[in-house]
Amino acid sequence: MATLDSKIPSGPLADKWRKHKTEIKLVNPANKRKYHVVVVGAGLAGASAAASLADLGYQVTCVVFHDSPRRAHSIAAQGGINAAKNYQNDGDSVYRLFYDTIKGGDYRAREANVHRLAEVSVNIIDQCAALGVPFAREYGGLLANRSFGGAQVSRTFYARGQTGQQLLLGAYSSLSRCVGQNTVKLVTEHEMSDLVVVDGHAKGIITRDLKTGTLHRFAADAVIVATGGYGNVFNLSTYARGSNVTASWRAYKRGACFANPCYTQIHPTCIPVSGDYQSKLTLMSESLRNDGRIWVPKKKEDVKKAPASIPEADRDYFLERIYPSFGNLAPRDVSSRAAKRMCDEGRGVGETGLGVYLDFADAIQRYGKQAAARANLHDPTAEKILELGEAAVAERYGNLFDIYKEITDESAYKQPMRIYPAVHYTMGGLWVDYNLMSNVPGLFVLGEANFSDHGANRLGASALMQGLADGFFVIPYTIGDYLAGQKPGSRPSPEHAAFAAAEKNVADLITKLMSIKGKEPVAYYHKKLGKIMWDHCGMARTKEGLTKGIALIQELRAEFWRNVNVPGSAENMNQALEKACRVADYLELGELMCRDALTREESCGGHFREEYQHPDGECLRDDEKFAHVAAWEFQGEGKEPLRNTEPLNYETVKMSVRSYK
Amino acid sequence: MVATAHSAPSTTPISITLRVWRQAGPAQPGRFVEYPAKDLNPNMSFLEMLDVVNDGLEGKGEDPIAFAHDCREGICGTCSLVINGKPHGPHKGVASCQTYMRSFANGDVIVVEPFRAKPFPVIKDLVTDRSAFDAIQQAGGFVTVRAGSACDANAIPVPKDDADLAMDAAQCIGCGACVAACKNASAMLFVSAKVSHLGLLPQGQAERDSRVLNMVAKMDELGFGNCTNQYECSAACPKLISHDFIARMNRDYIGASFRQAFKPKSTSTAGGA
Ligand SMILES: Cc1cc2nc3c(=O)[nH]c(=O)nc-3n(C[C@H](O)[C@H](O)[C@H](O)COP(=O)(O)OP(=O)(O)OC[C@H]3O[C@@H](n4cnc5c(N)ncnc54)[C@H](O)[C@@H]3O)c2cc1C
Ligand code: SF4
Ligand code: FES
Repeated sequence: MATLDSKIPSGPLADKWRKHKTEIKLVNPANKRKYHVVVVGAGLAGASAAASLADLGYQVTCVVFHDSPRRAHSIAAQGGINAAKNYQNDGDSVYRLFYDTIKGGDYRAREANVHRLAEVSVNIIDQCAALGVPFAREYGGLLANRSFGGAQVSRTFYARGQTGQQLLLGAYSSLSRCVGQNTVKLVTEHEMSDLVVVDGHAKGIITRDLKTGTLHRFAADAVIVATGGYGNVFNLSTYARGSNVTASWRAYKRGACFANPCYTQIHPTCIPVSGDYQSKLTLMSESLRNDGRIWVPKKKEDVKKAPASIPEADRDYFLERIYPSFGNLAPRDVSSRAAKRMCDEGRGVGETGLGVYLDFADAIQRYGKQAAARANLHDPTAEKILELGEAAVAERYGNLFDIYKEITDESAYKQPMRIYPAVHYTMGGLWVDYNLMSNVPGLFVLGEANFSDHGANRLGASALMQGLADGFFVIPYTIGDYLAGQKPGSRPSPEHAAFAAAEKNVADLITKLMSIKGKEPVAYYHKKLGKIMWDHCGMARTKEGLTKGIALIQELRAEFWRNVNVPGSAENMNQALEKACRVADYLELGELMCRDALTREESCGGHFREEYQHPDGECLRDDEKFAHVAAWEFQGEGKEPLRNTEPLNYETVKMSVRSYK
Repeated sequence: MVATAHSAPSTTPISITLRVWRQAGPAQPGRFVEYPAKDLNPNMSFLEMLDVVNDGLEGKGEDPIAFAHDCREGICGTCSLVINGKPHGPHKGVASCQTYMRSFANGDVIVVEPFRAKPFPVIKDLVTDRSAFDAIQQAGGFVTVRAGSACDANAIPVPKDDADLAMDAAQCIGCGACVAACKNASAMLFVSAKVSHLGLLPQGQAERDSRVLNMVAKMDELGFGNCTNQYECSAACPKLISHDFIARMNRDYIGASFRQAFKPKSTSTAGGA
């Protein structure tokens, strides 16, 4: 049984991080250069960690499967990043950001971690502005903000609809500086395929060079995994196709606990599925809900009618109706489920009936009139207002409207978007303590790959915040606490038996996959798994459904290992093999997610069990039995994993029923 | 307002023939191979069409066509196909992954090749090695800031127009289409986008000269060609990065070279007591 010591510092919530920083062990500058840290991943979390640690003087190697660190999935984030700057003078504060995040997570996150996140959020914006991130600005030259879901203040910083791109390029520029100055060794197109554990400590990794197929050993004093989320287990999601769980999963199999795997975020505003050839779902940023109004027809018989022909009185702006104080900015889990309920009632729109409208007509009118007034136009014509309004909306969201047009061939200026929820983020991940270290000493986990800050539901614009917080402002302090206890020069050599054994483990897996030579391509299994996960472990879960899901996954997994066909050779670039390795891991992870969802007999945040709901369809938590983190421990192939728990103690906030009404 | 019905896009299937560049490895010779692709929904993306073809090949135990891709929404810069002679295909302002089959007609023969340029060697089939771009960024594409040392973000106001123009340049996705489109394999558009992004902001001023000098030197060293003002680069760019940034970089470069030559330098390198 794993020991899960969260190491949360004592003392009042607001002082914990400051106190911890002053008490934490330090590594002296001359010794820092004797330690080698391997950072896996160069998304916001990995790139910022690698650069910060190199700047402190550690030897750093950064490994990514991409051909360039700039391609990490963080690049795709659209909407924005939160920070408690209170530049808007609208009553924001560190406490309020902390509180919103805790409540948004449906009281399933650690108070101390979330408070720290809110505290360092302000430093992130300073750091990124200094790096030259071109944030949106007001006419006076100061930073602009917008609102995101689950908040009643405007605290989201953004760079058009490409905030993730600009933040990642900022972190990438720091990493590039270090690579250019030889303080970070960059290794691209290598996939971490195993974790090497020596005497119970993480001391290295095994990678596969995706260009040549060769296996490599990297010995280290500490390993940082910052490899992102695992939403591609659903096949269709808003993730990049290459995002994978492999690094985390192999670490799990080496003893790291996997926490709350079933906590998945389904984002309400994505472009609906259109055909079975589809490879990904495209997000329409939450920022659109600042101005777009979500509705479905009141009457079922109207669902196939042109939206503009449906009079106001026959429209149901359901988020505004059900959640008047947050309206269209209700949190994601709440909004997604509401949309699903409307479609289940038969009021969904579009070809498949799985869609709701996101309508900008009102915003276009409002902005058009404002722009006309600013331009001193008296009695502007309706056309002029439309023209000015569309221009104003284009300035805010033009790139999103363009993406929508490319994919659907429809103009969202002229008719409402059709949207539907899709898998978007995974709150679960490897278990870490307050220092971001897993239960395997020496293994640190950052960014989306860990579980720690978002509880059962993540609020919009807070993943970017967490990635940069972990990499720029937390790990530079907390890694010292571990390394100070490791003798400089004590790291094992790559010749150590544990490296040979781990390398053999990877080689055997690859040989096995290559030798099946069955009848179906890898994609066949990925699609089937995705369907099982969506049907049984998606937006609404039940005991029967999850039990059935587990059985179906076991069957599918057995078939995969009998009948998959991975052509070509393992000795050069082989994209079919890359996919097969990842899908093999998903076929195991999927089962663990169902198991986690099955044993959590309550509803909270993104985890909705039909059996546990309030009469109005909202989540019914069971704080008596489930105010804890479930951290699963691998027990060996074919054996049931062990469910460890870490109790969540709320010292400052009172756990209550989350209401956005 | 006139009520417009949803103009549902056509779903009539189309069939095409692909002529794809196949090359087993960097040192092996390549050649075109034809593959039929039948009954495609015109709303599938070009890459989804390749997925379908590859699933067919894999099911038969044949080596699938290697191609680079990741986000599939035009932001990561991984996809890099030359489609019918054009980097990123027939449409302006989109990446390969944002090209849809509705842009093609039933019966078309579609030629697909990798981005071809000396500094981007082929790894396999349609996948090339673009690490030269990273090397250029490492030479100077940054502002040196240690974590924890920044001042308050609002302490340095940035005029909105400057911030907007910097953002226009910063949108570059590092795909390399500009290089593939240029007969000289020049990387000027890519480099000028970074130089302009940081050069337009107050935060980028301290290292402005060294940045442009070092990045341009690295670009030359890596074998990218000269710019002869044909502007095929900006025409192929999925983010429509303007070639005005090239002119801006040239001005920066001349100024920086001049200042570099005549700048008084401190001779002290002492560390102090
Ligand atoms: C479409 C979209 C929009 C979003 N918008 C927002 C938003 O507006 N605001 C917000 O806060 N959040 C947003 N998010 C969420 C946010 O972008 C991510 O949670 C966050 O960027 C994850 O960062 P990361 O550093 O943890 O991982 P990633 O950016 O996913 O990076 C993972 C890194 O690990 C490497 N890697 C992975 N596996 C391996 C392996 N086995 N071996 C070697 N290397 C490996 C990759 O090469 C990559 O460098 C959005 C997400 C999506 C999908
Ligand atoms: S300038 Fe345009 S074409 Fe060139 S790398 Fe950047 S985005 Fe690609
Ligand atoms: S796959 Fe990311 S830009 Fe095309």
